[in-house]
Amino acid sequence: MGTRGRQAKKQQREPAPLDESTIARIKGVPVGAKAKNGSKKAAKGKAGASLDRNTKKAGNQNGKGGARGKTQKSVEEVSAIGESDDEEATLPPAKRSKDINGKPKQKRTPADEPEVEPELDEDSWEDLDDGFDDVEDDGMDMWDDAELEDDEDGLMGDEFDDLEGSSDEENGGGQTLAMAFGSDEEGSDGSEDDELEVEKQARELDEQAKEDERLADEELQTNIAQREVFVLPSGQEIEKDAQVAEDVSLVQTRIQEIIRVLNNFKELKDPDRPRSEYIDQLIKDIATYYGYNDYLAEKLFHLFPLSEAIEFFEANEVPRPVVIRTNTLKTRRRDLAQALINRGVNLEAVGKWSKVGLQIFDSPVPIGATPEYLAGHYMLQAAASFLPVMALAPQEHERVLDMCAAPGGKTTYIAALLKNTGCLFANDANKDRLKSLMANCHRLGVKNSVVCHYDGREFPGVIGGFDRVLLDAPCSGTGVISKDPSVKINKSDEDFRMLTHVQKELILSAIDSVDATSKTGGYIVYSTCSVTVEENEEVIEYALKKRPNVKLVPTGLEFGREGFVSFRGKKFHPTLSHTRRYYPHTQNMDGFYVAKLKKVSNKVPGKTSTESEATGEDSNVKTSSKKTKVEEQTESYGFDEEEDKQYIAEAERKRLKRKGIKVTATPSKITEEEEAEAKSASAAPTETKQKTQQNGQAIAGEPSIGKKQQQRADKKAAKKAALKRLKAGEEIEVDIDENGAVDAKASTGSAPAGQTKSAKGDARENHPAKKRKRAGN
Amino acid sequence: MRPLTEEETKIFFEKLAKYIGRNIVHLIDRPDEPYCFRLQRDRVFYVSEAIMKRATCVGRDNLLSLGVCFGKFTKTLKFKLHITALEYLAQYAKYKIWVKPSGEMPFLYGNHVLKAHLGRITEDTPEHQGVVIYSMGDVPLGFGVTARSTQDCRKLDPSAICVFHQADVGEYLRDEEHLT
Repeated sequence: MGTRGRQAKKQQREPAPLDESTIARIKGVPVGAKAKNGSKKAAKGKAGASLDRNTKKAGNQNGKGGARGKTQKSVEEVSAIGESDDEEATLPPAKRSKDINGKPKQKRTPADEPEVEPELDEDSWEDLDDGFDDVEDDGMDMWDDAELEDDEDGLMGDEFDDLEGSSDEENGGGQTLAMAFGSDEEGSDGSEDDELEVEKQARELDEQAKEDERLADEELQTNIAQREVFVLPSGQEIEKDAQVAEDVSLVQTRIQEIIRVLNNFKELKDPDRPRSEYIDQLIKDIATYYGYNDYLAEKLFHLFPLSEAIEFFEANEVPRPVVIRTNTLKTRRRDLAQALINRGVNLEAVGKWSKVGLQIFDSPVPIGATPEYLAGHYMLQAAASFLPVMALAPQEHERVLDMCAAPGGKTTYIAALLKNTGCLFANDANKDRLKSLMANCHRLGVKNSVVCHYDGREFPGVIGGFDRVLLDAPCSGTGVISKDPSVKINKSDEDFRMLTHVQKELILSAIDSVDATSKTGGYIVYSTCSVTVEENEEVIEYALKKRPNVKLVPTGLEFGREGFVSFRGKKFHPTLSHTRRYYPHTQNMDGFYVAKLKKVSNKVPGKTSTESEATGEDSNVKTSSKKTKVEEQTESYGFDEEEDKQYIAEAERKRLKRKGIKVTATPSKITEEEEAEAKSASAAPTETKQKTQQNGQAIAGEPSIGKKQQQRADKKAAKKAALKRLKAGEEIEVDIDENGAVDAKASTGSAPAGQTKSAKGDARENHPAKKRKRAGN
Repeated sequence: MRPLTEEETKIFFEKLAKYIGRNIVHLIDRPDEPYCFRLQRDRVFYVSEAIMKRATCVGRDNLLSLGVCFGKFTKTLKFKLHITALEYLAQYAKYKIWVKPSGEMPFLYGNHVLKAHLGRITEDTPEHQGVVIYSMGDVPLGFGVTARSTQDCRKLDPSAICVFHQADVGEYLRDEEHLT
């Protein structure tokens, strides 16, 4: 009955206008491609938003919302709305979604596609394609999966049947249907044709397109604004993740997200979480993703600003280009390049900064086994390894020491620069690696080398007086991770401490092995293949502190980043800006550090607790400044003898008066006497100086003034002794300072006299000059 | 480090003379600097005297090499020339052999030089004569001992051995351990 009625309705008059949601549904069900686009959008957008959109769009003609909503809710919404037959009607033919899947779709629950018309006007449909770019596929999927109530199903089914029926009737042409669906907004069942049906449809199409655009823009806006604030995983989540192996792509995504947040921290941050938590999580993720241990990941992360850090880690995954160095002792770069090209090698000069480097792009023959290689025409060497030798710049006929020479790339480069003149000591502490060092030296035709096997720290002891020293110190290798990935996991805090300790000792030995008075030289170059501050700047800072007779000079390398002058709270000497740092992600060479020091004076000042900055002072200035320092000390700590004499005299007189001994001598004379007594008494070992003085005075006070000669003699001796004692007293302080056992007391009153005696002896021998000075005082 | 004894010097020079003949005098009486031979751990080193003097500071156990190593004395006091001496041998060689490009690689692998690989040979090379082997580009590749004299070489068939291999630069890769 009802059906018949509807059919009749349809045939006799226009069907009721369609609800927007149903229209949306129809539109959402069309061509597969479009639907997919739409589905992507759905994935990006959030359910809530889509829901909003649905309801919004329910009010509009735009079918997107209905199509996009993944949730059942929207389905139900739509289906609920779809119940009213009235609203079913006026759907412009173009909006009728094509049933892409054709028949299979029809087999699904009728609720799935209430108004789907299998046949549509292709052209009009295509017009709408543009507007419907973001109609999602999920519309279809949604319909597939949605469980709809039977009532609604029934209704929709009816609608569907209608459609079906109509479509059966109107094969190929949607005109009748178009007419049937013509007017909807007006809400009138039987819409009058004030305008031609076609015009109406056209108008509605245009409106639809506009609506689509507007909603697209809105959606874009909402997408941006509503992109969810990235939430850091909570502690529990972290623990959970730690137990389960995390999906790498997930970690990667999280890294990107955190970087995005950190770059725009004010706006994108989660107000509950401080910045440090973000950074901690990022470091952990980096460690997971790139395969570092936590300690190293944190260390390397803090070396760079945020964006560079990721670049650095990325660069460590990729190998650096292969570079060879022409051996100028046997050939020229041009000839070598020609010979290699003849063998089919693809190469190019490595850059303007080197005259001997060649970069190999690819080679049909193994580059390490060509006859040219075997003949010693070139050496396989990383580009970064050229730099320390270029900074060292050895001149002919110089004596050069390479402290950590194996396997010999830098040594042979030095020999090439020396042109086989002078003398080159190549030392290494590792005997096995010395074999390759010797082989390389012989292969490349080095004739002036002496290969020895010492711990570098023994060095000035073995032989000193070099013009230049190259120290390519053993390091953690954090700059060559791309060559040796095991560095990522096997470096710990302990390793760094041991390494830096050795490096500091080595650099001091290197400095001591150089002859500062060399006419052409006096340079030390320190280099490592590491990027950490502990092994680079800190070691140089240590050297500057411990050896004030060296200073940093420019390396002569035109490129590279300046070394740190301050880093995370540690402050270094300002001249550290002369040192150079190289990174894989900026210069495309291994991580490297080069520092060039010049030794200004051969005298090694004694260890002083505070040292002024290492400026170019000559030895005289140095020793004099040291003297003044000691003098200052004595002045601040020492006795003011004249004053003291008065007080001592006074006290002695009072004591004697109390005792009842007549003190007849005048104060001046008394002071002399007392001095003499004191001095003579000091010869005998006593416990305290004052006691000595007192005793001496007590003894001497009784005999009268009469024995002047004796007194004079006594005086002289006593004066000497007292002076010595005083000096010893002061010198005790000095000795203590110099010997390192800091026991500086303001007054040596309680200083053990035994020390006094022995120190006196030493002091006498060591500091005759000072003694004379004291006497002057 | 010590100078060579008389006997050692004799054996050493005899061996050298096989390759460079009377040019040994050029090794010793050099115009620029006096050079000398020193023995360290059974190896003979050729080094300038100035450098040798400095090297005396280095302890006996710590000194591994100075200047150029020419070779070593075996336990039975025979002297074996190493490839490391090639530069000097090549400089003063009396008899030379040039090898075709096709013959370079086989020789560098340690094989003998066949007639097929022979490019040029100095005239009147006697049999069992020490020769230095070059590539066609005059790059020294190694040294060896002739199997036949020059005239006889001409009559050989291509697969016959012309020169016995003694040492080649490929040993830097193959034989690094023994060299050092």
